[in-house]
Amino acid sequence: MPPDRLLPDRQPAYMSSWIYIFGALTLAALVVIIASGVLLSLKGPAWWHVTSVGHFFNSIHLWSVELFFFFMVIHLWGKFWMAAWRGGRSRTWMSGAITFLIAVSAAFTGYVSQQNFDAQWIATQGKDGLNSIGVGAFFNVLNFGQMYSYHVLLLPLVVVGLTAAHVLLVRRHGIVPPLPLPGVTAEDLKPVPTPGNGGAPVS
Amino acid sequence: MSRRLSNRELNAEAARPWRGRYKPYDLLKELCIAIAVVATLTLALTILFSSPDEKPSTIAQWSRQMPNDFLTTAVAELDGSSDTATYGPPYNHNGDGQHLAFIHLQQWLGVSHPINTAQDFVFAPLASVPNDPALQSAIAAYQAAPAKTQAAWTNAYTTGLTKATSGAGGSVRLPAGTYGPVSTMMSALLADAQSGGLDGNLLTSSQFFQTDYTRPLLFMADGGLLAARAQAQHLLGTQWGMMNETGSYPGQVWLWLYTYWYQVNPIANSANADIIVFAIMALLSLGLILVPFIPGIRDIPRWVPIYRLIWRDHYREARAAPLPRPPVPHPPAGAAP
Repeated sequence: MPPDRLLPDRQPAYMSSWIYIFGALTLAALVVIIASGVLLSLKGPAWWHVTSVGHFFNSIHLWSVELFFFFMVIHLWGKFWMAAWRGGRSRTWMSGAITFLIAVSAAFTGYVSQQNFDAQWIATQGKDGLNSIGVGAFFNVLNFGQMYSYHVLLLPLVVVGLTAAHVLLVRRHGIVPPLPLPGVTAEDLKPVPTPGNGGAPVS
Repeated sequence: MSRRLSNRELNAEAARPWRGRYKPYDLLKELCIAIAVVATLTLALTILFSSPDEKPSTIAQWSRQMPNDFLTTAVAELDGSSDTATYGPPYNHNGDGQHLAFIHLQQWLGVSHPINTAQDFVFAPLASVPNDPALQSAIAAYQAAPAKTQAAWTNAYTTGLTKATSGAGGSVRLPAGTYGPVSTMMSALLADAQSGGLDGNLLTSSQFFQTDYTRPLLFMADGGLLAARAQAQHLLGTQWGMMNETGSYPGQVWLWLYTYWYQVNPIANSANADIIVFAIMALLSLGLILVPFIPGIRDIPRWVPIYRLIWRDHYREARAAPLPRPPVPHPPAGAAP
């Protein structure tokens, strides 16, 4: 992708709406999640239970996750009401929706890796759903080691990879233009010949 | 009369290069500001609310606080009537598991974490109790007895527990009854649990380093301590369950739709509630991913004019100065005119 497409220095003027902020805010929350998660993982899973500094970074991690989902859900609804999949942008929508679903799984593995009562309860309750569809056979929420691996490495890799793909798709296809108002007809949008192209329509 | 734009025409229009006004844009600057805003917000929330950290329960704590409940659970593990003992896959073959019509995923994936509750939760921990010939004789007597006799002992013991009284130091006094060796075994298991030995016994196996808490968690979940704590913290399934978090924290609010189905009859009372809820959520998730291709759903944004609010500045400008119609695309190089 050419640099001017990856990091454009101009965007269509209709992008001035407040709803466009939430994509960037979601990305920013992901950055804070990863930064606080890296700090927590450097000291190991028990650190935050026994030190106030660890507890502080755990709180940063928790609230950045809450904000991440808050921003992402608004971003997702915003894109829905904009019908943002128009004009060959369906893969952008799909990559965003899949990222949301994988992020839910990543957060779940975080909750069962906390090594406290919440983790005990959520794991013992959550196992029944996963066991009922056979997933429990290879994804055991009662196995702290397995859940921790999923939470600090495997699922974050998938979320970051999907997010990168999503952002690249946004840059490649550009942001979706506004929907035509109800009064606009097919005739209004019909291309017109211009002196430069000889007026030859291309089918 | 002019007709409404079709989806194909809308798509073609949205794929064309923008013909209107542009404004300067700096993606990196926007991202840096966003990170600063989110970091500040996160810091403020952290300072104001911190994060919950309720200490985990242990079997030692459970057996000291609720010795009767511990013994009731332990004897159910011994006679094979506990939730874990009758669970089915992936822990054992003693239950069918859940299914949806002809789909038996739980059975098809098989027993991957085998658990024999009598052996793993009772006999194996008791075998590690040292210097107690009376206990070893009781275990031998129980194991040598016919199944009918074993059942009579455990049933009598379970009934006895309903009339038991609590003694000093977390002990339990049962009325006189024909408990056979079960009474000796259960007393030893209670003492082992209260000393903290059972926590270790259930966690360790053939390896020194352990991260798998399947057995101690299943044993504890069969009892009443976790549920009692969960109820006090509004975490039961009937209280919208695991989407909540201890204390007054938001928890996993994004699971609200998943948890919602457990509150709806007949799903709430179904023996196959989990697989039904997962099937519904799988369909809805697929629907979310495929929104651009689902007629009706993909048209909702056109019918509900929220987009007019989102792009109100653009429409105001467009009314004042309409966009030019798009030019006919250039023919490909070398094409015949």
